[in-house]
Amino acid sequence: MTSTPVETTDRPPQAAGSRISDQGTSRVGDKVFLGLSRGSGIAVLVIMGAIAAFLTIRAVIALADNEGNFLTTFEWNANAIPPKFGIAVLAFGTVVSSVIAMLIAVPFAVAIALFVTHYAPRGLGGPLTYVIDLLAAVPSIVYGLWGALFLVPHLTDFYVWLDEYFGWTKILSYDGTAPRSLFTVGILLAIMILPIITNVSREVFAQTPQMHKEAALALGATRWEVIRTTVLPFGRSGVISASMLGLGRALGETMAVATVLSPSALIRPQLLEAGGGTFAQNIASAFKEAGQYGRDALIASGLVLFVITLIVNGAARLIIARRKEYSGADA
Amino acid sequence: MTAVEDAVAVPAGKDPLGIQHARLPRWTPAAVAIGAIVLAVVAGAAADLGNKVQVGLIAGLLYVVGTFAVSAAVEGVRQAKDRLVTVLMWGAFLIAVIPLASLIWETVDRGKTVLDADFLTHSMNGVLTIGPGGGLYHALLGTIEQVAIATVIAVPIALLTAVYLVEYGRGRLATAVTFFVDVMTGIPSIVAGLFVLSLWIVILDLGYSGFAGSLALAILMIPVVVRSTEEMLKLVPNELREASYALGVPKWKTIVKVVLPTSVGGITTGVMLAVARITGETAPVLLLVFGSQAINTNPFDGTQASLPLYVYQQWANGNQASWDRAWAAALVLIAFVMILNLLARGIARWKAPKTGR
Amino acid sequence: MAKRIDVSGLSAYYGKFKAIEDISMTVEPRSVTAFIGPSGCGKSTFIRTLNRMHEVTTGARVEGKVRLDDEDLYGQGVDPVAVRRVVGMVFQRPNPFPTMSIYENVAAGLKLNGKVRKSELDGIVEKSLKGANLWNEVKDRLNRPGAGLSGGQQQRLCIARAIAVEPQVLLMDEPCSALDPISTLAIEDLIGELKERFTIVIVTHNMQQAARVSDRTAFFNLSAVGQPGRLIEIDETERIFSNPSVKATEDYVSGRFG
Repeated sequence: MTSTPVETTDRPPQAAGSRISDQGTSRVGDKVFLGLSRGSGIAVLVIMGAIAAFLTIRAVIALADNEGNFLTTFEWNANAIPPKFGIAVLAFGTVVSSVIAMLIAVPFAVAIALFVTHYAPRGLGGPLTYVIDLLAAVPSIVYGLWGALFLVPHLTDFYVWLDEYFGWTKILSYDGTAPRSLFTVGILLAIMILPIITNVSREVFAQTPQMHKEAALALGATRWEVIRTTVLPFGRSGVISASMLGLGRALGETMAVATVLSPSALIRPQLLEAGGGTFAQNIASAFKEAGQYGRDALIASGLVLFVITLIVNGAARLIIARRKEYSGADA
Repeated sequence: MTAVEDAVAVPAGKDPLGIQHARLPRWTPAAVAIGAIVLAVVAGAAADLGNKVQVGLIAGLLYVVGTFAVSAAVEGVRQAKDRLVTVLMWGAFLIAVIPLASLIWETVDRGKTVLDADFLTHSMNGVLTIGPGGGLYHALLGTIEQVAIATVIAVPIALLTAVYLVEYGRGRLATAVTFFVDVMTGIPSIVAGLFVLSLWIVILDLGYSGFAGSLALAILMIPVVVRSTEEMLKLVPNELREASYALGVPKWKTIVKVVLPTSVGGITTGVMLAVARITGETAPVLLLVFGSQAINTNPFDGTQASLPLYVYQQWANGNQASWDRAWAAALVLIAFVMILNLLARGIARWKAPKTGR
Repeated sequence: MAKRIDVSGLSAYYGKFKAIEDISMTVEPRSVTAFIGPSGCGKSTFIRTLNRMHEVTTGARVEGKVRLDDEDLYGQGVDPVAVRRVVGMVFQRPNPFPTMSIYENVAAGLKLNGKVRKSELDGIVEKSLKGANLWNEVKDRLNRPGAGLSGGQQQRLCIARAIAVEPQVLLMDEPCSALDPISTLAIEDLIGELKERFTIVIVTHNMQQAARVSDRTAFFNLSAVGQPGRLIEIDETERIFSNPSVKATEDYVSGRFG
């Protein structure tokens, strides 16, 4: 790593001979440049370490005085004396809303990615890819605004309908109040992460080697059978890692949840009805009223979110790495 | 169903190879669609379903089932499955278009009501939030300053890190940096905000400022730029580097004079996309810049406004006049991000390494 | 099971570009017909029109007739998917499905066609692998990935996969161009055995190979770059290589161009 012998060994002898004095300065240049770039790499590591360290420091301070159980307490009264707060509601809400988002978004994303790569009429695929790219760039606050002022009022009828036919499940029963609920959050998150998952899946599907598709075609496969035997197996791990990226984003999404959800310190099975909370939403909503101690408590909950997203992203990376090995053996 | 009888008949005995298959005529999908809609409307009227969406859902379901049934009867199950999947793909695409198109439509439609020159050039200073008037000038200014500072901090670090990984990186340090850059990509923006909050505001007690927000935005920007720059540098053919070494050019000059200029288009694109991304980040700005009603041109001292935060705060005011302002600001934000994206992709196409034969 | 192929007045296009023009020929059953000619002369395009793989490329289309024992492959009501089950194909680069085992690769075509009983499937897989001279090499590792085999073995696996669905015709598009000489020899031997059961068409760049394996040889040429390829002549292989009737053929086989 420290030795960079290329410039000394590869240089033609006559050039080295005629510019021996120059070699001294270029060595200094090389050292400075290597130092700078390596320093930047190290800076990245330092930043990551600092994030973990400073979050942990404040979290430890907050947890020392907590009267409640950090993991099982429902309410978030970090400003009370004595403070009592826990992440049970937040963890439940974060997981539930993200799971709903994934259940909706992943099938749609895979279908749309296949549509763009294999079904869309010629000339439509390219522009569609472009549009999906642009949609992935729409800021989350805009999704949040649309979710709160457009989606929420338009979901009431749908929820009444769900309640009529599936109300007996408890999960899908609905009391008619404004649906600022975990389920609505799940739908909005699904819409938000759809472009990202679609994009990554599309890229993987488009890379399916033509020769494998032709092999299936030559055996007399229909278009769907070609996709089933070649495109889907080839793209499976790519879709999984794309989904993990989407999941990571859904777990950490703040503004879209903060605008849509009407929070409460309750864990209830009625997902269509208002209430609950997520880590990120709680931080954004409780921040304004938080005192010094309240901020530390929020930092503690942020640390949990940080760890969860680390695990999800780590898992996605592992899957991608496995895929690389696999395709390496294949080539 | 009539489609069955109208299918192209296969003359008996003329197909010893078995390669001819009855195909549904081209108008079949339209016929099935009309049938499905009629049936759904009739069923809806009979069951007294007032809701148009319900009738639509029933029609859609009937269309899917009908297509499969007709095709299976005439063309066989394999062809029917193929048609079924095709219908589902189109369906998924069309359903997904609805919310995304609505998002853009609503933002443009509601945003344009108060968006005018006055709105762009005035702050909210002294404006009652429950009434109309005011603008987003202070927020625009704040966002531009915060994003500019974040870019100035993040881009050099990110470029050099990418250069390190591609041109020098071997061994444990490079592996660790690669890994943590990936990890960093996945950090929720609010966590980046909390980190700067704990360090800058809680521990160092330096107070809310635009600069504090910039620090968090820089953290979010670095991994994005590292990744895209890395990809671009990897595209530079090795022959180019070797040609330069063979002329006796030292490595650092090769990188600065040969490698970076070759990939400058792609790197610029990556930086612009990253700028577009952090421009829309709200959560860290909420925690660190805090927001303001008035113009504050100094990003290093005192609270500032920011465009995405302005959208949030106007929404939170909870009245129509504020919501109008929120939509208008959202429209400005989307327009800015989209233009940046389009420009970035334009540059990518224009500067793309020529891969001609 | 082998069938005669009658091609008449066949032209193929990629969008506006005409790749081959007005080709008419007969391919005899139970024999090997080789297509030779310089690069770009359209021989690969032509072979792909024989099982309607040509039209898989967007914008590609075909004019003319290809009759397989009097039934037109481009006739009304003909399903290209069904055609490809009757006319099998082996490609330039071995392309076993990377996510499937050796067994699954051979069984892939059969599984598409519907349910086959396991015992029956076992028998067909064994028969096909034996038919492709691969059985002895892989019988102990049928569940290992097909991509783990050597290049030559992979190509024979692809042949086994193609013949497992019992096609009438087997098309081979430069099947040995990605292989070493020993693997090439194994494939050439195999072609000699397969022609007892199938009508075989092979595109090859290698004139010695055409001389070794084929009964009849067709020579394709193009007048200039950008012009469509044409069939110059088709005859017994021996004649093409010793005493062709057209001057261009003689120039080509004697190595004067191409």
